[in-house]
Amino acid sequence: MDVKVSLGVSLGAVLAIVLVALVGAQVSSLQLVFGILVPYAAFVIFILGFIYRVVDWGRSPVPFRIPTTCGQQKTLPWIKRNKLECPSNTLEVIGRMILEVFAFRSLFKHTKAEMASGNIIYGGSKWLWLGALAFHYSFLIIAVRHLRLFVEPVPAFVNVLDLVDGMLQIGAPTLYITDILLIGAVSYLFVRRVIVPKMRYISLANDYFPLFLILGIGISGVLMRFFIRVDIVSVKELTVGLASLHPVLPEGIGAIFFVHVALVSTLFAYFPFSKLMHAGGVFLSPGRNLANTNRAKMHVNPWNYPVKLHTYEEYENDFREKMKNAGIPVERE
Amino acid sequence: MYDAWKILVGLAIFVALFTAAFWMNAGKAAPVPEPKIDTPEIKKMAKAERKCVEDKHFMRTTHMQLINHWRDQALRDGNRDYINKDGKKYYISLQNTCMKCHSNKKDFCDKCHDYTGVSPYCWDCHIAPKEEPKRNEL
Repeated sequence: MDVKVSLGVSLGAVLAIVLVALVGAQVSSLQLVFGILVPYAAFVIFILGFIYRVVDWGRSPVPFRIPTTCGQQKTLPWIKRNKLECPSNTLEVIGRMILEVFAFRSLFKHTKAEMASGNIIYGGSKWLWLGALAFHYSFLIIAVRHLRLFVEPVPAFVNVLDLVDGMLQIGAPTLYITDILLIGAVSYLFVRRVIVPKMRYISLANDYFPLFLILGIGISGVLMRFFIRVDIVSVKELTVGLASLHPVLPEGIGAIFFVHVALVSTLFAYFPFSKLMHAGGVFLSPGRNLANTNRAKMHVNPWNYPVKLHTYEEYENDFREKMKNAGIPVERE
Repeated sequence: MYDAWKILVGLAIFVALFTAAFWMNAGKAAPVPEPKIDTPEIKKMAKAERKCVEDKHFMRTTHMQLINHWRDQALRDGNRDYINKDGKKYYISLQNTCMKCHSNKKDFCDKCHDYTGVSPYCWDCHIAPKEEPKRNEL
């Protein structure tokens, strides 16, 4: 797809959601839809869809081990081996997976190819890794921080996280460090896709859409906190109502809240059917989560069935007379 | 399903984490805080005069930005005059203007701040009003 079409479609989709939510916020009967029904529906789709995708992957057989290895395999005892790049048992796989899930190790190994004096050279490039790390951890902290609006009384660790995140004490309400990091990192990940020609070539609408969506969530959240203020007590009344299964719809919540909720609901509902499922997929990647024991252990194809054999001996028993008549030599008379 | 128990344990952790808010609330509807505006100073005023520096909606949503602005204006610019939207003049002071009427920090400020998990740093510098501790806090 042409890059302008991809960008236009994904940006248009996000803006359409914003517009629909803005209209919905004006009508009280639609507030019920956008404040309560849509969030519940999106959450159920998210949970069930996520489970469906993971079970679907779980049902796919991996008859032969296919770990990606880029280090020395376990072999003769005096040859130095690489336990993380070529794990030989479950413990080493767990070590590899922890670094992958928490530190994005495969992005850390990202390299960049450049032409220098007629030769192609590969050098380390840590910006993608840094941007991804900043984005994912900011998103995690922001999500946990939101528990203050979903749980009553507010758990102590959420209050501590809130204080640490707002420790710069800039303005009131205080500026969150993660807000800046999230919007900065998502913007970087987007700009990278558009500016780098190779990235632009392989980017599709379903790469741009989640970026616009998350950027929209971040911007609407920041607008709501710092610029277009809403009554946070009414907001919590609604959100804690959702999370305690006693939904209520307080009056007078600003339209910006419904925009934020509509975008978040879209993210939830879209998540299981998109590339964002790498959240679950990283745990089920055969290239990552298998120990390289291809030769050390016997691996039997799980759908092998007992093969019906017909030996030569049985064949000869079947046709012995005919073979003798035709002059074909037989092993037993 | 292959490696069924590993996948089921993983999915159980996933569902438990993402529904954590539901478990923590345990289906109980949380009471909405009602900040009290029945201090002696407010009771003294005639009904019609019982107004804050700005209207109720503005104060509910934006008081923190107003107070922050007041701090900058009073301490950095030395200007302690505030003209509200109706043209009425107020003396900028947390202690002498805000807390004069809202002398009940525990039943006013803290009510919503605790509810929404907000911990403003007003009282790092200002002296919190002395209040009789409530019976259940002794």
